[in-house]
Amino acid sequence: MNDVLDVALRLIVVFVAFLVLPLVVGQTEHKVMAHMQGRLGPMYAGGFHGWAQLVADGVKFAQKEDIVPADADRRIFQLAPAVALLPYLLVLLAIPIGPSEGAVGQVVDAGIFFVLAVMGVGVLGSLMAGWASANKFSLLGGLRTAAQLLAYELPMLLAAASVAMAAGTVSLPGIIDAFEWWWVPWQIVGALVFFVAGLAELQRPPFDMPVADSEIIFGAYTEYTGLRFALFLLAEYAGIVVLCGLTTVLFLGGWHGPWGADGLGWVWTLLKTAVLAFVVIWLRVTYPRLREDQLQKLSWTLLVPLALAQIALTGIVKVAINQ
Amino acid sequence: MTPVAAAATAATQTHGFLSPTGVEIAFLLVGLVTFGAAIVTVTTKQLVHAALWLVAALGGLAVEYLLLTAEFIAWVQVLIYVGSVVVLLLFGLMLTRAPIGHSPDADSGNRWAALTVAVAAAAALVWVVVDAFRTTWVDLDGAPQGTTAVTGSILFQHWVLPFEALSVLLLAALVGAIVLSRRTARTRDANTRAQDTNTKAREGNR
Repeated sequence: MNDVLDVALRLIVVFVAFLVLPLVVGQTEHKVMAHMQGRLGPMYAGGFHGWAQLVADGVKFAQKEDIVPADADRRIFQLAPAVALLPYLLVLLAIPIGPSEGAVGQVVDAGIFFVLAVMGVGVLGSLMAGWASANKFSLLGGLRTAAQLLAYELPMLLAAASVAMAAGTVSLPGIIDAFEWWWVPWQIVGALVFFVAGLAELQRPPFDMPVADSEIIFGAYTEYTGLRFALFLLAEYAGIVVLCGLTTVLFLGGWHGPWGADGLGWVWTLLKTAVLAFVVIWLRVTYPRLREDQLQKLSWTLLVPLALAQIALTGIVKVAINQ
Repeated sequence: MTPVAAAATAATQTHGFLSPTGVEIAFLLVGLVTFGAAIVTVTTKQLVHAALWLVAALGGLAVEYLLLTAEFIAWVQVLIYVGSVVVLLLFGLMLTRAPIGHSPDADSGNRWAALTVAVAAAAALVWVVVDAFRTTWVDLDGAPQGTTAVTGSILFQHWVLPFEALSVLLLAALVGAIVLSRRTARTRDANTRAQDTNTKAREGNR
């Protein structure tokens, strides 16, 4: 009975984190963007600096009518938001935030593979939405999503493989256990490649060609309204949390910090994740959207060679220190 | 009797065919779902639905690997097949034509020949696998037999030659694909150039 309770508790905690953290990132984005652009952002909902703005947005979304276009493929159109959102929940289950047994939802033996595989499934949701909407802008968005995924999956995998080589394991807690501080300069190229490729996979600016609201009207999500649209947005922010958490775990040493490793490790993990999430928002405000050919060029001619070079470097250093 | 054979007989004695465990029942049920999804994949008249049912079939296979304790293979199955191959397939469908609703040309005239070949191949595979592994049981309670470490060491110790041969094959396929696409590009260039000259000539005539 104790086991059942333990599993239930872990699931509930992960689920709550899954619901709360994306909203925190979303609210931070509102405020950070506003201040970077010299305005205030939401100030009224909830009283103190508009903290309840996203709750209000959620209520608004829930009240809207759920519309399925007449020509759309009904069932797939309705299924798509779930396919886009659920993978991130599963991934969150496997990310360790502290050194103890209780600080990870579920230890997965082949953690890196699990995480990258399940994240790739999420993109299927956008493809399904783009195709099933029976709308040419949506179809264009779906096409661009697929092209972007195919281009950026490879450098992401290669960068993750470099860390796995360095640690000699593919389990996420195992990688942090093996972490030393000098891994940060050693793996820095891989970290940048992983982070950039992850941003592209999430379709965040400056890699938001597939959603490009000013040219193809939010791409695959053009026809969505109400809760289903909100689920797609939630998937994007859950994706930011997952990507930043993964980068922290793989490249920045997770719960390792200058002090307070015992008991306070999870604070380090959350802090590093938060800083990375801030960088994600910062990039959105800073850079204009990349064109489709620039996107493909960046991946194939820059990120893939860099990731391969990082793997070579990792191999050389690994052999050198093992002698 | 060798120890392995002894262990195998002991295992057969403890696992009767008529008293299945929970994992075996789950394996059977997931297998049925996978089989059903695979059948719908080839019989549905809607092209994109076929690709999406393929996702269900491939995902079901991944679950079967998981139930057989081959965790690494299961995640690689999801990563390569669901995450990349199906996305490539959908990309191709959307790039050419992605009709919503029935495609009248979804059925080929070869389907009876294809069915014969598929049934023959399935029968041969089932016969070989059953014949080879009839007495082999996966010990679910003992040390995991399909973890990444075990898979890795077996792959790079016992099966390293097939592994390398396969990677050379894939490399050859990659080089071949690049050569083919480059040649097409050059002929297309030549074609457009010919068209350009034609247009110019026509304009000159005017």
